[in-house]
Amino acid sequence: MMIKIPRPSDALTSEITPESVYKERRRFMQAGVAAAGLAGLGVSLQAHSAISLGKIAKSPYSTDEAPTGYEDITSYNNFYEFGTRKSDPAKNAHSLRVHPWSVAIEGECAKPGVYTLEDILKPHGMEERIYRLRCVEGWSMVIPWIGFPLADLIKRFEPTSKAKYVYFETLNDKEQMPGVRWPILDWPYVEGLRMDEAMNPLTLMAVGLYGKTMPKQNGAPIRLVVPWKYGFKSIKSIVKIRFQEERPVSSWEKATPSEYGFYSNVNPHVDHPRWSQRTERRIGEFRKRKTLMFNGYEEQVAHLYAGMDLKKYY
Amino acid sequence: MGVVLYCDQSRVIVAFTAPMEPCLVHPFSRAASVVRRVSNLLFPKPIIFIACLIPLAVLAVAGVTDNLGANPIEEITHETGEWTLRFLLITLLMTPLRHWFGWGWPIRVRRMLGLFSAFYATLHLFTYLWLDQFFWWEEIWYDILDRPFITIGMLGFVLLIPLVLTSTNAMMRKLGRNWKKLHRLAYVIPALGVVHYWWLVKADIREPLLYAVLLGGLLGWRYYRFRATRPS
Repeated sequence: MMIKIPRPSDALTSEITPESVYKERRRFMQAGVAAAGLAGLGVSLQAHSAISLGKIAKSPYSTDEAPTGYEDITSYNNFYEFGTRKSDPAKNAHSLRVHPWSVAIEGECAKPGVYTLEDILKPHGMEERIYRLRCVEGWSMVIPWIGFPLADLIKRFEPTSKAKYVYFETLNDKEQMPGVRWPILDWPYVEGLRMDEAMNPLTLMAVGLYGKTMPKQNGAPIRLVVPWKYGFKSIKSIVKIRFQEERPVSSWEKATPSEYGFYSNVNPHVDHPRWSQRTERRIGEFRKRKTLMFNGYEEQVAHLYAGMDLKKYY
Repeated sequence: MGVVLYCDQSRVIVAFTAPMEPCLVHPFSRAASVVRRVSNLLFPKPIIFIACLIPLAVLAVAGVTDNLGANPIEEITHETGEWTLRFLLITLLMTPLRHWFGWGWPIRVRRMLGLFSAFYATLHLFTYLWLDQFFWWEEIWYDILDRPFITIGMLGFVLLIPLVLTSTNAMMRKLGRNWKKLHRLAYVIPALGVVHYWWLVKADIREPLLYAVLLGGLLGWRYYRFRATRPS
């Protein structure tokens, strides 16, 4: 809680593995002398994944609010595949294998297929986006994500005119994820966005935070971040993206349709039966603060819902 | 220990001998009396009193050493809430323990355990009112009205109040038969606690389910005994 982390910008250059070194490393790994080789090169092994973040640009979409501590962001997680307590993912997610990783692209698009994570990331420059995250449970954080706009990824696969929605799916593997042995939710975890929501410049595919590759408990190696929606919409450890005409039914909506809607926009005027959505506790703060409409991103996203009754489409 | 009270199915016995064994005939008299004596030695009231404070001490140490995680207020709320429920169930376990093993101590500590339930419930409530909402009465009132799990939790707490107020020997004597009737709320309050917990969890109902099963067992045993001992 008290741990002070330097601003990500302070650490960027030292922490990011240059691409040439990274390629070098892969060759060594394939040769099976990784440890000795890396020691010789003076390169530290990245703990979480084998991907390289490259140069990280700043973004005008970042908030200037103080980011929540790294320790809190990585020890207080909802990732039910690794257990339902907040502390479970940090304890259990070490069993997740993030390399090799591939993402299946399916449905209404010109270029479906199974892509390796490296293929997915290759053309994209990385940005730091410091976003507010508001959980439906009434707490919030400020997280310096590293990622790139989902819109840029979507364009590459050339969705057809029938692609009205984007469906996302999390890995579902009993061996790596102890939580999916229990039918807490109908695994795999699935989420969805309307195409215009997915194409909004705020919507991020995140592969890291605090200048580092994504910790496993935060949804490594690649996850969605939709900052104006409750946290559960920001699906983790994505293995499948599908373009489809019909609206997907997300996991929480399926579990309890009266409590969790498809849109799940942060909205202090629409209450959840368990949690007041009028206020929130920012992790690390003592007093609660008022929750903002669309989590403070009203200017960027309100137009997506013009004319919609948000009490009905919650 | 002064006046020891022992409440039977249908009456309140006031005994002036201390310490007192419950009036109970047990089939395995000799072995049972040895076990009884040992158990009475092992579980004197002061030890149980101190044991009941351990959860609070653990929480306090975790708080002082900054080991309550990223959301300490939530952690304190959950811990005090769970301990309230545990103490309510432990309190209900005392009568069956006395019956199964013929021990005297469960009945002697039962009232204290009940009061500890109320103690942890008070900590739980004040964590919510003070640490969580910081006496933001508008939000609190809104919570009570609009969030069913808080409504039912508050109801449970309110029902605990008369039990605490009438827990003294003097009140027991004063209320006579009505005391027993009133204190049957000790069966209702844990049920409200289980529902309170059940309605709080998002999807993983395993823990509230466990409490529900334990409570069902404790109440079921009483119902079974009531049916078995009722003159037909």
